[in-house]
Amino acid sequence: MGHPHHGGGAATDHGGGGAAAADLGLTRFAVIGSPNSGKTTLFNALTGLHAKTGNYPGVTVARFEGRMRIGDRETVVVEDLPGTYSLDPISPDEQIVVDVLDTDHHNVRVDVPDALLVLLNATTLRRSLGLLAQVQQTGLPICVVLTFTDDLARRNGQLDVAAFSRALGVPVVPVVAGHRDGLEVLREEMAGYRSWSAPVVPPPTDPAEVTGWAESVLTSGGYRLPELDRRNSRIDSVVLNPVLGTAIFLLTMFLFFQTIFTVAAPLQGYVEAGFAWLGDLVAAHIHIPWLSAFLSQAVVGGIGGVLVFLPQIVLLFVLIAILEGTGYLARAAFLMDRVMARAGLEGRAFVALLSSLACAIPGIMATRSLPSARDRLATMMAAPLMTCAARLPVYILLVSILLPAQARMGPFSARGVVMFALYLLGAVSAMLVAAVFKKFTSRSGPQLPFYMEMPPYQVPRLKTIAAEVWTAASAFLRKVTSIILAATVVLWVLLNLPLRSDAELSAAGVDTGDETAVAAYVIDHSYAASVGKAVEPVFAPLGFDWRINIGILSSLAAREVFVATLGQVAAAENPEEPAQALTEMRVQDGPNAGRPLFDAPTIAALLVFFMYALQCMSTVGVMRRESGSWKWPAIAFSYMFVLAWVLALAARTVVGALV
Amino acid sequence: MRLRPIGAGGAPSLGGRTLAELEPGQHAVVLGYSDQVEPVTARRLFDLGIVPGIEVTMVRRAPLRDPVIFQVGDCEIALRAAQSRHITVEAVR
Repeated sequence: MGHPHHGGGAATDHGGGGAAAADLGLTRFAVIGSPNSGKTTLFNALTGLHAKTGNYPGVTVARFEGRMRIGDRETVVVEDLPGTYSLDPISPDEQIVVDVLDTDHHNVRVDVPDALLVLLNATTLRRSLGLLAQVQQTGLPICVVLTFTDDLARRNGQLDVAAFSRALGVPVVPVVAGHRDGLEVLREEMAGYRSWSAPVVPPPTDPAEVTGWAESVLTSGGYRLPELDRRNSRIDSVVLNPVLGTAIFLLTMFLFFQTIFTVAAPLQGYVEAGFAWLGDLVAAHIHIPWLSAFLSQAVVGGIGGVLVFLPQIVLLFVLIAILEGTGYLARAAFLMDRVMARAGLEGRAFVALLSSLACAIPGIMATRSLPSARDRLATMMAAPLMTCAARLPVYILLVSILLPAQARMGPFSARGVVMFALYLLGAVSAMLVAAVFKKFTSRSGPQLPFYMEMPPYQVPRLKTIAAEVWTAASAFLRKVTSIILAATVVLWVLLNLPLRSDAELSAAGVDTGDETAVAAYVIDHSYAASVGKAVEPVFAPLGFDWRINIGILSSLAAREVFVATLGQVAAAENPEEPAQALTEMRVQDGPNAGRPLFDAPTIAALLVFFMYALQCMSTVGVMRRESGSWKWPAIAFSYMFVLAWVLALAARTVVGALV
Repeated sequence: MRLRPIGAGGAPSLGGRTLAELEPGQHAVVLGYSDQVEPVTARRLFDLGIVPGIEVTMVRRAPLRDPVIFQVGDCEIALRAAQSRHITVEAVR
């Protein structure tokens, strides 16, 4: 996002001049607040689903920006800054807030906003005022947005908003999540940001004085501390109970996966049927054989083969958003802190690892909330081992070949149990790897404090969930229509070239009238087959033949491509029932010729290989950006490949002995 | 902005108790931070509202005993013993 920045002179001019120099001449508002102040909820309420996500230039702190209308048809830009407790940063996220607010503009990477919305959680006012005091030093126009006033009232707290506003010297607008009227008032207030009042003398920021100032402001505002949230402590006494809490945690994680599989299955059926219909339509209306095959197999088949997993990915993000929205995710981090400490990490690294369940990229980016550089590196090295959504299609395909849908283990679906085991194994491996890396990195540097705020339990906001799921789903769709489509097209070409003449086919003993036989012959002798066969010595001990090898090589673009590749190979052998063709695929040569290719030991080896191998160039790219050199991604790629190969061999041997 | 360790010089009270020693349900008033505390830690504890004079209640331990949730003023904060043992307190009654 290349925003032109303000000139030095414009930075002190908060009127029209400053705005004119900004991107597209739009006024910029920045939303500032501590974590749990309801920042994301307000941002979503103001900008709806029109937020753009990206990164701050030079660093990978996620940047959220959206547009909204205020007053009569003026469009403004709203920027959601990372949550911070103070302007004395101890992590890269917090540093960004300081950079953005740096009105002297020593840092030219970011735009200085024209006005600030400072969020204060009404139930934790005393503490939040420290941040406000620091922000007021910037001299930018400030409007305080008071959140959780409903919570304050429910817990018998009190605040006279008008008196509080007078004591602070800045406008104060109470906004209750889910109610439009507060937002309307805020909108009107924002339109007049040029005339926002400011205190004659900004509040003190010296730690010794700020407490006294906060106290006097609260007294003037008639603040009565809310009572202890009984509801919260009652829930916590169960959820964080040593026995019950642990059981609830494990059950939550387990149900998480059962839900993803049972609820998504029928939806996936619809997507599958839809693409099958589309493929038939193409085949029926295009009469140039190669074009028809290209469109129906490579384009429709390739995209369809991966889009089938959209329901599952959406569901995964819905569940994570719900866990986060209710406040349970913070409890999970609290419960897991001691376990994470075993690996030398902290509870927040658990959140980074849990995000990696969606995708290692947001997981690696979430490590920015870790103040310690060593913790960051160790977590970054471990994050790709967490089972990301891209592995999901591969696992689902392989597990469904391995086990019939009706198979059960106790009351649960056997497929669900195996999937759960895969996720668990990935997580345990990630922890072990983090522990090893933490040991090897130096022990120097200051010990940074561990602290975590327990947010109150809440009913998650539909809008927040929708926004998060939309961001994730659209990123997946973009990936499907770009990288994955390109990879499947290239693969289709490699699988179908060189072209064979009828004479050549007849000479090889292929019946040129039998389309399936021709397709099988072409693929078996394609460029892709040569590549797959060339790497056979590496993968032969794992039981992989050239067809699986092409899948593995192509999955370097994105893991999901593995599914599309196998789909293409299978479709050539049995165009009617590609899924059936996979289970019927036979080993073509060697001592095991004629045995099923996808037998239990080979599937086990493949599952383990995909669990450990860093088959994702996007992750490598993000690691390079985050760690600042190629050294760490190179180390990650190598250690993961070695681990994948060795453990896949082990899995094959063990399963082979058992079956 | 640098933070002066609060209560530096005037060392914490004799045999001063620390936050780490509280049992569930016990209340205490924060006196200051120990001298060995890193400036970064002190600053962050301050930002979190753990300031001299504030009343703190030990709420509960994690199932594996560490970290511990404290009620600080109006919010709940989890701290590890590694941090809470640097916060000197005076028990209330």
